[in-house]
Amino acid sequence: MDNDQRELPKPTPETQHFWDGTRRGELRLQRCKSTGEVYFPPRHFCPSSGSTDIEIIRASGRATLHSYVISHLPAPGFTPPYAIAIAKLEEGPKMMCNIVECEQTPEALILDMPLEVSFEKVNDEITLPQFKPAEK
Amino acid sequence: MKRNSVAIVGASETTELGKIPTMSQVQLHADAALNAIADAGLKLSDIDGVATGGHNAVEIAHYLGIVPKWLDGTSVGGCSFMLLVRHAVAAINEGLCETVLITHGESGRSNLGRHGSSIFPSLFQQQFERPFGVTRPPTMFTIPVLRYMKDFGLSEETLAMVSVVQREWAAKNPRASFKDPIDVNDVLNSKMICYPFRLLMCCLVTDGGGALILTKSDRAKDLKQKPVYIRGSGESCETPMISQMADFTSSAAFRVAGLNAFESAGIDHGDVDHLMIYDAFAHLPIYGLEDLGFVKRGEGGDFIADGNTRPGGKLPMNTNGGGLSYMHSGMYGMYALQEGVRQMRGTAPAQINGAEISMVHGVGGMFSASGNIVLTNVK
Repeated sequence: MDNDQRELPKPTPETQHFWDGTRRGELRLQRCKSTGEVYFPPRHFCPSSGSTDIEIIRASGRATLHSYVISHLPAPGFTPPYAIAIAKLEEGPKMMCNIVECEQTPEALILDMPLEVSFEKVNDEITLPQFKPAEK
Repeated sequence: MKRNSVAIVGASETTELGKIPTMSQVQLHADAALNAIADAGLKLSDIDGVATGGHNAVEIAHYLGIVPKWLDGTSVGGCSFMLLVRHAVAAINEGLCETVLITHGESGRSNLGRHGSSIFPSLFQQQFERPFGVTRPPTMFTIPVLRYMKDFGLSEETLAMVSVVQREWAAKNPRASFKDPIDVNDVLNSKMICYPFRLLMCCLVTDGGGALILTKSDRAKDLKQKPVYIRGSGESCETPMISQMADFTSSAAFRVAGLNAFESAGIDHGDVDHLMIYDAFAHLPIYGLEDLGFVKRGEGGDFIADGNTRPGGKLPMNTNGGGLSYMHSGMYGMYALQEGVRQMRGTAPAQINGAEISMVHGVGGMFSASGNIVLTNVK
């Protein structure tokens, strides 16, 4: 991958903790202290209860392959075919990602296979949370 | 909403569909608008409400020389026009205006005078989806489908049958972009776009437009066309990010919009004679049939493959050939509404004889939003 061509995230006040976390090798989620609900993407309140009494937690990084496509279309910074996948985190939320250290084929990408987070440093500011097949 | 209180009295698409290198997007709106006004037997000066999606409504009103009393620019993707019809009914009943023009124009293929995305960009999508290589709709709209296929045992062959059946309808429509018959092998052997989606499971990209004129039903009887009444409607939205769709096998927006449409229309599934379900991609009619409750969860694919929605089937669906074969400029909802109106007027190329109720269901963005309109020709 030519990292320089990818569209990189532009952190905002609501999401800065998430991108600070990935830079430090942590996958951060938020949890509502009143309902216990873990949610993503980040915001300053729980989208279920509306409560602002929330906390940042560190996710385990364990997930399963919930769904994906293998794109054959051109995209800046990507060499088709490449998979665009959805990791379902152990804590509940879903997250889009690429599947690294894995063939980009239907034979290698099996739904519900265990995944683990893999941090991909792009530059000093941005580290992307990617996922790879979990080690057995 | 007040059932059958407002009618569609003018309806037209652009004079041409397909590749229109002679018109920029604003002129596509105007071409359709002038056609619809003529269809209604009205004059531009009769229009006092203007609505459009995917384009600055102010530019459309100004280009047409209208200073309206009511304006709506709801832009939530291809179903915007279902929402605009619903909003127009409310506005007319509230007395905010009398005669509403809803326009659509899109230079989807020639890209003349287009203003970029027809939907506002999403803050979260920029940060949490775009870095992973999503680009155009085929890389996003398709993402939930492998989950559905595993959970419900939907095969690629059955998914391909959606495209096959819609081509059967397109063959009856002189204005359809693609009319030649196709079979499952043609679909599965067409170019891989975004696994598991092949080219023939994805919509066309064309230029075109359409417009509708709405006014109170009691005024409609004095006008030129057979009135098509708005019997019911619904709208909703779920998420601007496909990755955050709560259930990858069912759309919350579809379910809410559909339920409200059935309830406001006071009808049951058996009352629907004609159905349009926005088909930007082959899986959408499957999700739509299930989320609207025409079939049980997991049964939508077989329902289509078994021939229930094809010509001669018990539930004729996407009778113009759909976004897969008729036309798709990017925001297809207007064309689905136009076909619903034609069926209720009795003027469709593949007319369903005796049809009295048409349901037109739309999607906006990638399962982001939804709108549903129930049309009827009986008051």
